[in-house]
Amino acid sequence: MRTAALIKRIFQQMLRDKRTLALLFVAPLLVLTLMNLVFNGKTVDSTIGVENVSPAMITQFKAADIKVETFNQTSSTKNTMEKHDLDAFLKIENGRPELTLLNTDPTAAKSLQMKIKQMLSTQKAAAKDPIQTHYIYGSKDTGFFDVVSPILIGFFVFFFVFLISGVGLLKERTTGTLERLMATPIKRGEIVLAYLIGFGAFAVIQTIIVVFYAINVLDVVLVGSIWNVLLVNLLLALVALSLGILLSSFAASEFQMVQFIPVVVIPQVFFSGIFPIEGMADWLQALTKIMPLYYAADALKGVMYKGFAFSDIMGDILVLMIFAAVFIILNLFALKKYRKL
Amino acid sequence: MKETISIQNVSKRFGQKMVLQDINFRVEEGKINGFIGPSGAGKTTLVKMIVGMDVPSSGSIHVLDHTMPNLNILEEIGYMAQSDALYTELTGMENLKFFASLYKLNKAERHERIQYAAGLVNLTEDLTKKVGAYSGGMKRRLSLAIALIQDPKILLLDEPTVGIDPELRFSIWNELERMKNEERKTIIVTTHVMDEAERCDYIAMIRDGALIAWGTPKELKERYHASSFDEVFLNAGRENQ
Repeated sequence: MRTAALIKRIFQQMLRDKRTLALLFVAPLLVLTLMNLVFNGKTVDSTIGVENVSPAMITQFKAADIKVETFNQTSSTKNTMEKHDLDAFLKIENGRPELTLLNTDPTAAKSLQMKIKQMLSTQKAAAKDPIQTHYIYGSKDTGFFDVVSPILIGFFVFFFVFLISGVGLLKERTTGTLERLMATPIKRGEIVLAYLIGFGAFAVIQTIIVVFYAINVLDVVLVGSIWNVLLVNLLLALVALSLGILLSSFAASEFQMVQFIPVVVIPQVFFSGIFPIEGMADWLQALTKIMPLYYAADALKGVMYKGFAFSDIMGDILVLMIFAAVFIILNLFALKKYRKL
Repeated sequence: MKETISIQNVSKRFGQKMVLQDINFRVEEGKINGFIGPSGAGKTTLVKMIVGMDVPSSGSIHVLDHTMPNLNILEEIGYMAQSDALYTELTGMENLKFFASLYKLNKAERHERIQYAAGLVNLTEDLTKKVGAYSGGMKRRLSLAIALIQDPKILLLDEPTVGIDPELRFSIWNELERMKNEERKTIIVTTHVMDEAERCDYIAMIRDGALIAWGTPKELKERYHASSFDEVFLNAGRENQ
């Protein structure tokens, strides 16, 4: 009854705060879309200048989307390349290939170099069939975004729910209304429950919007079941919610709440699997074990990219539930600051 | 005379700092009790301990024969904090409804109490406005209405009339007296305003965490050979130094 009253009040406050609602529902979509565009940008076609190269090879370059310009007896390779805006220059002298790379963008140069080397070697072997390539996960169309997007979806759910729930309860602390509530017969458990349900409802809506947007609009790879994706994200939202509420007891102002972001949220990104964890020092790897986002990212990547079933992600789900339970219990104790009973 | 609040040997310290020292007194039903004393004397701490939001370091507090803190007794305590604790995004009505629904009131009672409390503090016309648009005095009045919302037996009002104009202050005090006489409510107010102190049945003077004087306004004036309450306050303070 009292919990219901509190939930109703949270709804009234949230619905009146249009900007916060927009942040919760629209901001994740905006950032996801932006990242999609950034990561899936087409590589700019390279232009290569050639001299004394066989026509067969030129055809091969063209087939690989490399523009070819033919030159004869160039004096200065550097000048020619700059004048004609070439990314590379291949010259074959006495049967020996000589490759010059512009290298303004090392990554692009390296991939171009790889392509050319590959072609030269096939040329030598005179292989007619192109090399057959197999992929265990994804396909030749898999982009970086497909691999990290499950993690990003989890991250945005975590980040926005954490921020909004934390600031939400913080407002109640700083305006003195939480203390005032404690002078009514409400139980501490009822307050925590009301906050979990009240903000939880918004978190559920946000999660559903983000997941469906990512899959249907951004066309993120989803091999496994969407229900498992939703389940993992909802659990992650619950963890974020309880953690946000908990940490708000250690913040004296909204600004101090924001200060938790580099301490609590950003490190989780590093350990979520966007960057390879295997290469990290052992003690650093051990640190990932206390990051809720690590487990959620693991499960999401499993379901969305590798097509894991529920039984495969059970371990991750269990850990997330433990995180949520621990934070909720700690919340009950944190409220003792306002009333001992 | 029925005793509603009894404070026995209560001391409170925060860390090393002693905030209240060996406070003893009893409050009777149907009386207005004033806590007066300078800022930082410990009045608010004492009020909070009576509500049960804080616990004494030693000693005990009983309200309606129950040791505090006690959640059920909170049904019978109307508390008004020193600073207004209101939800500024919500309207006055929504604030009242929210707090009313935290108590055991049925729908009809709730409606009736909201109308009564809002009318008492002269806010009926402004209930549809958001509290964010209220003036300081209006917020204070809404806080008072919230303290009265569940028709509690005991009212603990921490500086209730700060920022309220003299006319409304006068009518609020008249209403407090009416509630005391007709409804036998026990009322505790903390105040700085000395003419308000004169309207209390009993006065507790608190200074530096100690209860330095206790009695009816008349008794205190006689004891300190004073003609006004300002003088009582100053004389009592000097005597204790």
